[in-house]
Amino acid sequence: MTHEITAPLDREQIAKLHAGDSVLLTGTIYTGRDAAHKRLCALVEQGKELPFDIRNQVIYYAGPCPAKPGDAIGSCGPTTSYRMDAYAPMLCDLGLIGMIGKGQRSEPVCDAIRRNGGVYFAATGGAGALIATSVKSAKVIAFEDLGTEAIRELKVEKLPLIVAIDCHGGNLYEEGPAKYRR
Amino acid sequence: MREINVQEVEKTVYDLFQSACCEIGEDVLHLLRERQKTEESPFGREVLRQLIENDELAAARHMPICQDTGMAVIFMEVGQDVHFTGGDVNAAIEEGVRRAYRDGCFRASVLSPLERVNTKDNTPAIVHMRIVPGDKVTLTAAPKGFGSENMSKLWMLTPSQGVEGVKNAIVETVRLAGGNPCPPVVVGVGIGGTAEVAMLMAKHSLTRECGTPSDDPMLAEMERELLERINSLGIGPQGLGGRTTALAVHIEQMPTHIAGLPVAVNMQCHAARHKTATI
Repeated sequence: MTHEITAPLDREQIAKLHAGDSVLLTGTIYTGRDAAHKRLCALVEQGKELPFDIRNQVIYYAGPCPAKPGDAIGSCGPTTSYRMDAYAPMLCDLGLIGMIGKGQRSEPVCDAIRRNGGVYFAATGGAGALIATSVKSAKVIAFEDLGTEAIRELKVEKLPLIVAIDCHGGNLYEEGPAKYRR
Repeated sequence: MREINVQEVEKTVYDLFQSACCEIGEDVLHLLRERQKTEESPFGREVLRQLIENDELAAARHMPICQDTGMAVIFMEVGQDVHFTGGDVNAAIEEGVRRAYRDGCFRASVLSPLERVNTKDNTPAIVHMRIVPGDKVTLTAAPKGFGSENMSKLWMLTPSQGVEGVKNAIVETVRLAGGNPCPPVVVGVGIGGTAEVAMLMAKHSLTRECGTPSDDPMLAEMERELLERINSLGIGPQGLGGRTTALAVHIEQMPTHIAGLPVAVNMQCHAARHKTATI
């Protein structure tokens, strides 16, 4: 089943998604990976404001290549998500609704997704050139000094994703391999 | 004695990385296409379809296959009758990498490990240089992404664990990695030597044409058996379930110490990039 959804997301819409569903995501999302997550969580711990309103937003774990002249962005596939597991529950509890990455998440992240009615999407790792065709614009909005790891606001159109972990306890990284194990 | 100007080395390094980051080899593309025909899982087939489309698009547009254009790993064989002229050959290699990553709009992914300060030009390169007979220089550029590098493991087994222990360690490394290293992977293995050389062999095995069996019949049989075991794990493309967890297993070996049995597993994502040129 394929859902066409628009970011920022709403929780009612997200409740209809199940692990294994295909999604085409349109709208505004934010890139953030290792260094940006460390800074975001440091800001929270210091009681400071985040550089963008995180409520109902989607963070894409990605550090793109520089854009070639005339392009919106360079290759822009997902990075491995588990490195953000230490930070994700805090951000989910602050209102982050969706995460896009690749690979399995920790139990605390799965709990945070259930607790908050969130979702974790898988994008295809290593398909960075193809994914870049779904990105219509990119603008650095925070931590510019981090280079590729800066937070960018992306406008995306029909970005192809798969629901990997849903808010009902479904987890494609467990159910998928179990089906084909011999 | 043959003189080679280091500018020629710089240009060769530049060309190899320009090509390696954007053009996947026919070896990998062939295996992806074959697997797409036989993969049982619908997610698996769709992922493989996207990867093939991605690789064709990247080559056509000369843009990076993957945004992780890696650390610039170079294997260099220098003929002992070669005399480098015109400057420092090490500096020339670094300059070739620097220019290739800048001109190609490749990602600068390299930073100081503790302070995490980016060097901004993807240097230093990781250079493995070896002196060989002859008067030629052969360079292999193998940009290495870290999604897969992070899933690599060194096992210092005991001799009593034997061949079965070696096989189990390799399969276990892939199982633990799950979807993280961007499967379908190429599994590079080094057996024997010392701790550091085992890993270097594992890395070097990844520069072999993907899917070509080892010249050593015993290792070739082990590669075949391990590929079957790994593809029975169910991990599948991107870890979403399926029969294509690995495209190939490559093994190298060398003698080791009576007390040891080192096994190094260097994981490589499906973007198994390597280009070679001889000067």
